Amino acid sequence: MKIGVVTFPGTLDDRDAARAVRIAGATPVALWHADTNLHDVDAVVLPGGFSYGDYLRCGAIAAQAPVMQTIIEKANQGLPVLGICNGFQVLVESHLLPGGLIRNENQHFICRDQKLKVENTSTAWTNQFTQDEIITIPLKNGEGGYIADAETLKRLEGEGLITFRYEEVNPNGSMNNIAGLRNERGNVVGLMPHPEHAVEAGFGPDTPAAMRSGVDGLKFFTSVIHSLVNA
Amino acid sequence: MNVPKIIVEVMPKADLLDPQGKAVANSIHRKGHPEVAAVRIGKRIELHYDNAPTDADLENAKQIAADFLSNGVIEDVVAVTVEA
Repeated sequence: MKIGVVTFPGTLDDRDAARAVRIAGATPVALWHADTNLHDVDAVVLPGGFSYGDYLRCGAIAAQAPVMQTIIEKANQGLPVLGICNGFQVLVESHLLPGGLIRNENQHFICRDQKLKVENTSTAWTNQFTQDEIITIPLKNGEGGYIADAETLKRLEGEGLITFRYEEVNPNGSMNNIAGLRNERGNVVGLMPHPEHAVEAGFGPDTPAAMRSGVDGLKFFTSVIHSLVNA
Repeated sequence: MNVPKIIVEVMPKADLLDPQGKAVANSIHRKGHPEVAAVRIGKRIELHYDNAPTDADLENAKQIAADFLSNGVIEDVVAVTVEA
């Protein structure tokens, strides 16, 4: 099983995303922004970072990159795509997910271990979670405030497209505490926090059991493997 | 130098929080100007041309402004004007 990890100029977390894919049991394949060929991958991760220096709007220029034209086409045909942080911003700028992300309410770059509630497990990337499971993964962003117009929010709520909500603390002023979304089909998921930084004991968030032992992010990657095996 | 250009002005939507504008407003108040009620910050984008922009150029610029230079979810294009 091959999972592509895209590198744009300014991407930071591509190596961690590739590592997460490997730890979950799949083979990471590096995809380059200028290449329209996805090299027969079974799924794609758009990792975090600051693609194109966040010029114009976060993710706006990456959304125009050659690799994205192929990803948009294949995502609309059912290819599983996970957008993390800047990758989520790329997904909204590509219109694969609705809404937009603006500067955090308090203007600060926020870096913390964040509790999330899993609101929807009917996706390629969340099927190994249980409904309403509380997970902790790192959050690190400056422009993570999710916004959408009232009609879109109503649709997201009504159709169960909100996949993750911030739990206990809404760190960035996101509407309806939205941390992550899915598309109607459930193959595309985007979220601001970083599952790929919580996949290996010793390097994840603290848990009551032990320091840095949190591996809640791993299930994103085992979920997609599960959905591909059972496809 | 007077380059022929089309100016695109983009603003965050009026009904959305503009955290940047809010922070600047706070600083203006600290500088002793309580008369400034609020600040909103947008973008001015200049498209330069070799020759005076035609009507077709203006139409194209409006399209580029709507599709790419702004994100309709969070921003409005408030003006697209030729400055020849």
